[in-house]
Amino acid sequence: MNPIVKSLIILFLVIFIPLNVAAGLIWLERRLLALWQDRYGPNRVGPFGLLQVLADMIKIFFKEDWIPPFADKPVFVIAPAVIMVTVLMSYTVVPWAPGATVADMNIGLLFFLAMSSLGVYSIVLAGWASASKYSLLGGLRASAQMLSYEVFMGLSLMGTVLLAGSFRLSDIVAAQRHMWFVIPQFLGFILFLIAGLAETRRLPFDLPEAESELVAGFHSEYSGMKFGMFFVGEYLGVILISAMITVLFFGGWQGPWLPPIVWFVVKTLFFICLFILLRAALPRPRFDQLMSWGWKIMLPLALLNLLVTGAVVLAARP
Amino acid sequence: MAEATFLDANELVLNMGPQHPATHGVLRVKLRLDGERVLGSECVIGYLHRGVEKIAENRTYAQFAPYTDRMDYVAAVTNGMGYCEAVEKLLGVELPPRAQWTRMILAELQRIASHLLWLGTHALDLGAMTPVFYTFREREEILNIFENYCGARLTTHAFRIGGLQYDLYDEFEADVRKFCDDLPGKIDEYEQLLTTNRIWMERTQGVGVLKPDDAIALGVTGPVLRGSGVQWDVRKAQPYEAYAQVAFDVPIGRHGDTYDRYLVRLQEMRQSVRIIRQCLERLEPGPILGKVGKIIKPPAGTEVYHSIEGPKGELGYFVVSDGTVNPYRVRIRPPSFLNLQALDKMIQGQLVADVVAIIGTIDIVLGEVDR
Repeated sequence: MNPIVKSLIILFLVIFIPLNVAAGLIWLERRLLALWQDRYGPNRVGPFGLLQVLADMIKIFFKEDWIPPFADKPVFVIAPAVIMVTVLMSYTVVPWAPGATVADMNIGLLFFLAMSSLGVYSIVLAGWASASKYSLLGGLRASAQMLSYEVFMGLSLMGTVLLAGSFRLSDIVAAQRHMWFVIPQFLGFILFLIAGLAETRRLPFDLPEAESELVAGFHSEYSGMKFGMFFVGEYLGVILISAMITVLFFGGWQGPWLPPIVWFVVKTLFFICLFILLRAALPRPRFDQLMSWGWKIMLPLALLNLLVTGAVVLAARP
Repeated sequence: MAEATFLDANELVLNMGPQHPATHGVLRVKLRLDGERVLGSECVIGYLHRGVEKIAENRTYAQFAPYTDRMDYVAAVTNGMGYCEAVEKLLGVELPPRAQWTRMILAELQRIASHLLWLGTHALDLGAMTPVFYTFREREEILNIFENYCGARLTTHAFRIGGLQYDLYDEFEADVRKFCDDLPGKIDEYEQLLTTNRIWMERTQGVGVLKPDDAIALGVTGPVLRGSGVQWDVRKAQPYEAYAQVAFDVPIGRHGDTYDRYLVRLQEMRQSVRIIRQCLERLEPGPILGKVGKIIKPPAGTEVYHSIEGPKGELGYFVVSDGTVNPYRVRIRPPSFLNLQALDKMIQGQLVADVVAIIGTIDIVLGEVDR
């Protein structure tokens, strides 16, 4: 096949599939939460309520897209786009299956970290541009949260980089042929899981929106499709973090019998469900507790993990 | 009271409510903030004022009873009970035992229902979204019992001055017994989700501490007062109905923080189950209405203050008669209104996230605050 056509197909699939899966996740999340909370969840529209997603999408497209007169208009419009773009950009480096990557960069992991860090601009700008006090507080919380969690998110991954000897994600997957990195890097996995939760602003870490305190926080003033973009952006983030956990700690596409892409999807789906379960189970910590957790516990642990891994790798080198 | 802001930054005045998911109705709290830290607050109430006390003066004694259901609309049974008892006291009517035991069963069920609603919404305010579905599931059972008893679920108007409006339905005892058997296990379930959850503990322990002296000075009653370690329960201190004949404990807290108030309310639910069980034992067939005339006319110049232990605290009715069919004056002492006074004291120096927790822990119902 013509390599250009092939990469175009992959590109299309990589944009198209996550966007649709993200929409489907809204259904999955509502059904799973309902299951755990002893209720039905959406079950009216289509079989098992599957078309609920479509109905929601149609609704959100036809909603009035209102920009508050007091808002900083250009920034207000850009903010939701930023989150979509940065998350979708991160998808370019994810190795779905052998050879199925948009850009198999030699700095893939760094690119992912950079893009996910850029995503926070969206939240901060949205909170700022809304010119509403609740949004502003949400934006402030977001910046503080991201600052503290970004630091050890990167550090928690350096252990795997040391073990694989490469920042290229396909190399990291290949290096897990004999043993998934979750075993030697269990601490790193836990740290990354927590940082990933904070990165996606999912429930235990949804302080920037905190609907019971800040009335949806940074996206209080958003309506229509702009709100929808934040919403889908969040779910895209969930898929991304789950996919990255799979790639970095659970051997990516590797597994017996089944085709690689199936293994990848199964593993990713497992972590998505774990994210949803956490949302059902946990209350929301307070802003200052979250910060002190990040700086006083997680960061030292990440550094320790890196130190020990480095020592072991050095000692084991022939 | 006000301390300086960090780096002399401008104070941020945040208007929380009347439309806000965490103010449990139409409470408006004006917060003065330094970043997210609360420097001071001012409560604005009255958005739900309907002039219930004034309405009482233009209704007969019996006609006013349904209005009391609309004050604390999540605990209508106890509201109505307090009013009926006050008027009965005024008339000097003795209640038949069956009416007393039934009233106590329904009132304790209502206490559980109110606490369940509180627990669900309080947890939801702190970000735990699952308990609310569990507590509403159990609350539904109670509301079904109410519905079978009197046809209404929320504004029940379950009692009548002098006794009961209706006799109990046939399966009442079985329904209540089944509920009492199920509930303790369900409470264990909530505790599993919250009591030893680290995030829950960090969010509630040491938050909104109310010292016993302050609590007494502010006139706080109910679980909020008992959470501060003051052993005061109207059911024990000034027993009404037949509370003197049942055995139950009054749980109290030690630190007066949000976590203790949470524990106190959970314990109270278990104690209520204990009371209901004892009441069911004593429940025997008999008349349900005492000797009350068709027209209720207490003697002129008599007045009475009667208070009961509502789910949220001491609920008092002061009724004055001028010898006509309408009360001359009805003054209501709603527990939420007085408990809300403690809000400012409790949120000083806390964060915005704590304000939500503290409003939740006081367990206010605005229908009762504003009347």
